[in-house]
Amino acid sequence: MNLSLLIILPLLTALLILLSKQLAQIRVIGLVGSIAQLGTASWLLKLYMDQRAAGNTATHLFETNAVWFKALNINYHIGIDGIALAMILLTSLIVVAGILVSWTMEKLSKEYFFLLVLLSMGAYGFFISLDLFTLFFFLEVAVIPKFLLIGIWGSGRKENSAMKLALMLMAGSALVFVGLMGIYYNTHTFDMVEIGKMGMSLGVQKFFFPFLFLGFGIFAALFPFHTWVPDGHASAPTAASMFLAGISMKLGGYGCLRMAALMPDAAHAYSWVIILLATIAIIYGAFATMMQTDLKYINAYSSISHCGFVILGIGMLNKTSINGAVIQMVSHGLMTALFFAAIGMIYSRTHTRMVAQLGGLLKAMPFISTVFVIAGLCSLGLPGFSGFVAEMTVFMGSWQNPDGVYRAATVISAASIVVTAVYILRATGRTIMGPISDEHALLSDASWNEKLAAGLLIIGILIIGLAPFLINQLIMPTTDFLMININKAITLK
Amino acid sequence: MSNYLYILWIPLLPLATFVVLGLFGRKYFAKTAGIISTASLLTSTILSFVAAKQYFFVDGKVNGVYQKIIALKYTWLQFSPNVSIDMGVIVDPIAVMMLIVVTSVSLMVHVFSLGYMKGEERFATYYAFLSLFTFSMLGLILSVNIFQVYMFWELVGVSSFLLIGYYFNKPSAVAAAKKAFIVTRFADLGFLIGIMIMGFYGGTLDIGLLIQKLTSAQSPEFLSITSASFLGASMLTWGLTLIFMGGAGKSAMFPLHIWLPDAMEGPTPVSALIHAATMVVAGVYLVARLFPIFSMDETALNIVTYVGAFSALLAAIIACTQTDIKRVLAYSTMSQIGYMMFALGISKNGGENGLGFMASMFHLFTHAFFKSLLFLGAGSVIHMLHSNEMKDMGGLRKLMPITHAAFLIACLAIAGIPPFAGFFSKEEILTAAFHENKLIYGVALFTAALTSFYMFRLYFNIFWSKEAPAKAHSAVHDHAHNAGHNDDHKDAQDHGEGTWTMKLPLIILAACAVGVGFIPFSQFITSDGAALETHIDMVFSIAPVALSIIAILLSASFYKKENTKSDKAVAVFGGFYRAAYKKFYVDELYLFITKKIVFPLIGQPIAWADRNIVDGFILLLASTTAKISTAIKGLQSGKVQNYALYFFGGVLALSVLFIYIWK
Repeated sequence: MNLSLLIILPLLTALLILLSKQLAQIRVIGLVGSIAQLGTASWLLKLYMDQRAAGNTATHLFETNAVWFKALNINYHIGIDGIALAMILLTSLIVVAGILVSWTMEKLSKEYFFLLVLLSMGAYGFFISLDLFTLFFFLEVAVIPKFLLIGIWGSGRKENSAMKLALMLMAGSALVFVGLMGIYYNTHTFDMVEIGKMGMSLGVQKFFFPFLFLGFGIFAALFPFHTWVPDGHASAPTAASMFLAGISMKLGGYGCLRMAALMPDAAHAYSWVIILLATIAIIYGAFATMMQTDLKYINAYSSISHCGFVILGIGMLNKTSINGAVIQMVSHGLMTALFFAAIGMIYSRTHTRMVAQLGGLLKAMPFISTVFVIAGLCSLGLPGFSGFVAEMTVFMGSWQNPDGVYRAATVISAASIVVTAVYILRATGRTIMGPISDEHALLSDASWNEKLAAGLLIIGILIIGLAPFLINQLIMPTTDFLMININKAITLK
Repeated sequence: MSNYLYILWIPLLPLATFVVLGLFGRKYFAKTAGIISTASLLTSTILSFVAAKQYFFVDGKVNGVYQKIIALKYTWLQFSPNVSIDMGVIVDPIAVMMLIVVTSVSLMVHVFSLGYMKGEERFATYYAFLSLFTFSMLGLILSVNIFQVYMFWELVGVSSFLLIGYYFNKPSAVAAAKKAFIVTRFADLGFLIGIMIMGFYGGTLDIGLLIQKLTSAQSPEFLSITSASFLGASMLTWGLTLIFMGGAGKSAMFPLHIWLPDAMEGPTPVSALIHAATMVVAGVYLVARLFPIFSMDETALNIVTYVGAFSALLAAIIACTQTDIKRVLAYSTMSQIGYMMFALGISKNGGENGLGFMASMFHLFTHAFFKSLLFLGAGSVIHMLHSNEMKDMGGLRKLMPITHAAFLIACLAIAGIPPFAGFFSKEEILTAAFHENKLIYGVALFTAALTSFYMFRLYFNIFWSKEAPAKAHSAVHDHAHNAGHNDDHKDAQDHGEGTWTMKLPLIILAACAVGVGFIPFSQFITSDGAALETHIDMVFSIAPVALSIIAILLSASFYKKENTKSDKAVAVFGGFYRAAYKKFYVDELYLFITKKIVFPLIGQPIAWADRNIVDGFILLLASTTAKISTAIKGLQSGKVQNYALYFFGGVLALSVLFIYIWK
């Protein structure tokens, strides 16, 4: 299968949306297009697993390599491994759910759907890129739509939030770009596969790794560059929040992971910094969440805490922890998207997101409330949901590092599960349970599109939560491969 | 080895019920949910008895020793080559015993709820949650892997949360549900870290393998876990103590007990099942499950002993002062679990010295029946009166003859009066304590006397004391224990003792409270699987039984008829009474820590700092950039004279640099 299909499909959908005239047309095209993406991604999974079962042990499958800009040795080099495929599946699922919850969007709907689809194209391109320049290109493609989505369709201080988000992410991109240049002038190629084979001297790695890791880290809400997250999420319309947390933040996590694998010596040398920042993000994010009063802020801050687990898993640099980081990326993507969807559904009915003004919603909207509770339980790591699998894998991986400081980091991070329980139960207790106000008692429950969107995401969460061996089967061989280089770096020390 | 795979159906049936009722209950099974759920659980119960018969009487025993059989095991989540979460089914004496306890009590509660919860708007949801709980508890029992225990541990926690918060529009119920979850979550953090320690040093999470590796003093794993230490204690002590912390949270041991009394906000049958008979003994079960490892570490066992004994005593004292009948029962549960805990703590592994282990399990078994009976009896009373308060009760023996008889039997059982069930198990515990630790024996004896006192205080206050209210229901109707009970209460039948579905479980459980003590428990369940010869020593029994009878008589003189003796006693104890009535201010301490320390001193500063310092720094960066650009934009003025000036200035500066400084 040609992976370019993953870029062509959204591009085609976006073009058709531009050409269509009415709202009905636009959203049907959007939905069909996104379902086609999901179908392609699923088909890709099947083909991938078949190939692996047939004994194909190449690192990347479905590779294509075409010259893009000869003078600078930039190639359109694409291919996927297990981790990339997991991210592609995540993206496609969230795109469908996002389109579904935007079903009733009437304000400038053409532009809205166009930007959503464009964003998804950027994400696919990013995940399939094996060439650093291509990777960077798609990263940028995914940033611009976010600015517009928040600035135009947002709420509250949307211009300010959109500006903050765009500027901070652009700063991240700039750092990434500096790092890229550094790598290029030392290796004379952008090709990640080749760079991986060549390796770079420790000095070069140590100099340029911080640029790349921090740059991607800003996307992944790395402390202390996470402040775009709460404002951006809170102002964004529902689907944009879902995309932002479910896809955009994963671009960062994925980038960090790739960079750590590309420059293992530097990653090892800096691992204590990474772990320190991750641990702070986890516990600090959790405590900050506890004090929030707006549902979107609650979920945004909790994302900072949860994304900390991704960084922690990467920083610990062992197979189990990296596996955990990948599962956490997928799990967090699904879970936050679900959470934002539920919050959006509540907001569109009650016109408030303030916890204090809500209460007893279970009585009026049993479906939405159940979705909210499921997202919450997943967030607090209840077994049976994906969050548990992800967090436990990260913890078990982190614990393998017997160094006292790393142990302390693990224990502190694990302690966040208690704080998580506190803020989730506070939010649930006040909005879903308790007495309901008279005006809210008459509100309607979820409509078909909302049910479908929530159902899809919940299925994803349950598949990982109930049968984690499936996702492990997909990503483990890839982590094994990443570990070859990383272990070399560690044993050198 | 014969096939025990069918045991898998025992937890899977309630799971199926949960899924079906959870997805379609509201729409299609609003009325029939109870029957469906009960029928499915009945099947599970029958299968449990079949399994027990097969295991204990047919093929569990090989050469006089009951075997641990792994009926099923498959890898669920692989962490690293040896470390994985496995899902499986273990068949051994304590697992099979717990199967019987959980399915039987759960079945009784299912039947009782048919009457008790009738007419509830969320009837199907109630049964769905009940099924979820039963599934999780059964899964916990059958776990082969310590992480599997942890998973089901969390699931019983969340089922408990859902059921305590069943009356979700009642703020006190929501608060209680949250408290239960958060306190046990905190304890579970210890459990989780304990698991990680055991997994790291033991190199596996499989319980059987862990026991095998950590109980031989020569194995490399044992040497590494005992030689590594932190803050003066070996990692073995740390691991076991942290695991016990999880157990103490679930089993409401001091100081993690504060959630249990509040958990009484849930429907009473739920309290009978979860907060009396099954989930709260999970901590005891956990220690028993890992007992061979615990027995390798004196310190950890001592912690178990003293926490258990202290909790038993503390709870018994508090129970004497409470006026909400369910809270009295809750403290009584805590006290009895304390008994089970210290019985484990003073035990050794194997042979004669393993008496404490056997006694603990025996007490767990008998307690499950008489305590759930007490709760269901209390449920009958509450169902009729719509109040939990003792002051609204009195003289009910004529109105509720069956409940009265059942409750009396249960009280005698918990008081340890022969020949009721509690007598036998308590005797074993006291015997073990007497041989191992005289201090603990003293505490246990005193607690036993207190137990008899407060249980009969409860009994006399409910069934004697005052005259029966003429119209029990109308007097206190506003105290309706929930908003959901509606029209059905107009049924005349509902104001008697309730439906037959409510009486039948009382009768069956009362029969158990009389009968189960005669089971020769030591033949079946011991620390090493081999039968243990025990006998009731008449002389030894004199002291505890006599003390109990004295306590009962004292209680009768205080509470059988309304009088002022109890007030005088209160006056004598003065401040101590008030402290006990206020539960020794442990709740207040927790509130102080959370409301005055965690929220204002950690949460708020962090939230503030994030907005003002961290984000402020980012904003500063942005505004500085803007300022600098404003400041220097004058440089590009477009005036050629200025550019010429800069140019020559530059030339001059560079000349100076090269000529005088770098040379």
